[in-house]
Amino acid sequence: MDKRREYWRKNLRLTASLLAIWFSVTFLVVWFARDLAAISVFGFPLPFWVGAQGALIVYVLLVHRYARRMNELDTEYGVSEDDR
Amino acid sequence: MPRVFTSRIKKYYSFYTGGFVMFVLTLAVAEYMGLPDQWIGWTFMAATVALYAGIGIMSRTADVTEYYVAGRRVPAIFNGMATGADWMSAASFIGMAGTLYAKGYDGLAFVMGWTGGYVLVALLLAPYLRKFGQFTIPDFMGARYGGHTARSIAVVGTILASFTYVTAQIYGVGIITSRFLGITFEVGVFVGLAGLLVCSFLGGMRAVTWTQVAQYIILIIAYLMPVVFMSYQVTNVPVPQLVYGTVLEKVTARENEIMADPAQAAARDAYQARADEIGARIAALKAGGVGQEEIARLKRDRDTAEAKARPISHHGEPFPGQTEAERDTARLNFIALTFCLMVGTASLPHVLIRFYTTPSVKQARESVFWSLFFIFMLYFTAPAYAVFAKYEIYTNLIGSSIVELPNWVHSWAKLGLVLVEDINHDGILQLAELTLNPDVIVLATPEIAGLPYVVAGLVAAGGLAAALSTADGLLLTIANALSHDVYYQMIDRQASTTRRLAVSKGLLLLVALIAAYVASMKPDTILSMVAWAFSIAAACFFPALVLGIFWKRATQQGAIAGMLVGLGLTLFYLIGVKFYGMIKWFGITDVSAGIFGIPAGFATIALVSLFTPAPDRETQNLVESVRYPSLKV
Repeated sequence: MDKRREYWRKNLRLTASLLAIWFSVTFLVVWFARDLAAISVFGFPLPFWVGAQGALIVYVLLVHRYARRMNELDTEYGVSEDDR
Repeated sequence: MPRVFTSRIKKYYSFYTGGFVMFVLTLAVAEYMGLPDQWIGWTFMAATVALYAGIGIMSRTADVTEYYVAGRRVPAIFNGMATGADWMSAASFIGMAGTLYAKGYDGLAFVMGWTGGYVLVALLLAPYLRKFGQFTIPDFMGARYGGHTARSIAVVGTILASFTYVTAQIYGVGIITSRFLGITFEVGVFVGLAGLLVCSFLGGMRAVTWTQVAQYIILIIAYLMPVVFMSYQVTNVPVPQLVYGTVLEKVTARENEIMADPAQAAARDAYQARADEIGARIAALKAGGVGQEEIARLKRDRDTAEAKARPISHHGEPFPGQTEAERDTARLNFIALTFCLMVGTASLPHVLIRFYTTPSVKQARESVFWSLFFIFMLYFTAPAYAVFAKYEIYTNLIGSSIVELPNWVHSWAKLGLVLVEDINHDGILQLAELTLNPDVIVLATPEIAGLPYVVAGLVAAGGLAAALSTADGLLLTIANALSHDVYYQMIDRQASTTRRLAVSKGLLLLVALIAAYVASMKPDTILSMVAWAFSIAAACFFPALVLGIFWKRATQQGAIAGMLVGLGLTLFYLIGVKFYGMIKWFGITDVSAGIFGIPAGFATIALVSLFTPAPDRETQNLVESVRYPSLKV
């Protein structure tokens, strides 16, 4: 029972930290977009690059990270499905 | 066994992709040898629709699990492709690059919103819904919150969000078929309808899934091809996503030149004079107190002229505006729109039910990754599309003589999507004198870049695939909500399998016909309402779904109140601002109404739940069970 609680707590912590990254790359960058516009990456103004490419790459990585880590946790805590 | 199944499917689709590429190459050779354009258009349409029909017929089924959730054995990667096609609608395929062309940085709200939403799907919903493992989203509401009320509200939300959306898809099909087949729009709509029904009618989710995989492959090839060519022409590098930063710099330099050009200034002055003149006429009419419709029409004309008189803003500049307050409102709207699109993505029933179809929770998680990856391929490219198109138009079209404009300008002008007006009578095209409908950018790019007609046909086939795949997913979602949740769960629990499927198919046909009928009338309001689907779905479903999983204390009364308040507030704001001239709260536009509805939904569920008795043991056990992929007792 305690192990189950621990699994759920770990899941919540992982979810919260990934959501924090999701929030920062999206909303923080947009909020400060005008101040960051002078910085240039690969020829783009920074906020444009983040909106068009950077944030998207981060999203893909976040979802990948979550799937990998949770599938590991499943096995670790004995709640994984039999490989069907 | 499943491993054999997966590798067999992989083999089929590899052959299929190779076959499709061969088919395109053959047509290219045929064009070179003199095949007329119209024939190429017909061959593309006939071949792809026949292909979808073939898959539909091969996947026909009479089994309930197969019909509703494709037997729950769709491997993660293929479910990802199917979700991608399901997700990317005519608006993504045709409209997005155009929106980015018109709005520059501010259009990126769509790019981020429609990809970032999958982070929410992955982290907060998909694995838990898969573990719950029923058939529809109202199913979850019914099981988690008990009774028929929560389920019924969810059915209403599903239909509200999906119906306008499906109408817009069928409308898109009509536009594409009429342009590339040379038939009338109304006939085009019903041709498209036939293309839809051959697939979903016979095989339900199973047929739709495997067709969507095929449609994804076509649409992504069609989307990438023209922009890869264009990138190669302009920069000698065929990877547009990597090199368009340098092209953007050139566009910025060109924007400065255009703004400094005296001819452009003269054209802008001419538009300002026109706007003032129309303004004077409106004032005169108002004083007379007659002709409301005339006034509305004149106001639209004045706004168009005024927009043209304004200085152009840089493509990469965030939140352009005349005053600081205007810029702040633009920023707030960007954030609100991004938020609503993200949460809406994570709430649209036709996307969520796709995660019922994977074999396991593990694969559901991986499947969200694949979905986002395949969607990313298109959305990562769309901004490049816009920048390359802008570069072509700003450098090659603007400043050329009006009598010698290229052919594509004339052919799209005939459809009313391109407008050229020599307002300062100098015989040269200035930027202010060119009006482009955003939809033209993707559809006309092959012609703008001077590519063979085969590429244009391919783009049309891609747009058709995008519209048909989304429409199929939506139709099935609506029909299933009615047949499974209303008929089976609420009216006749004893209904036999045959009867359930018969009802389901009957409803599918009915919904499809109504949607096609509505689309064939070209209703402007319906089309502008599509963006509402996101706010509506978000406010109705998201709070109840997330709290249902993460908060055991959420009660039936709380959920019902929360869904009603969220949905009610969103609809109130939408309709008030759009049709009754209600004053905007914080300057937020009607599209982002969910920014008020979503928090209101969360707050209401929390408050009401705390004042009502905790859910019973059985419900708590259900919540506990969805949190773990497998519980061994």
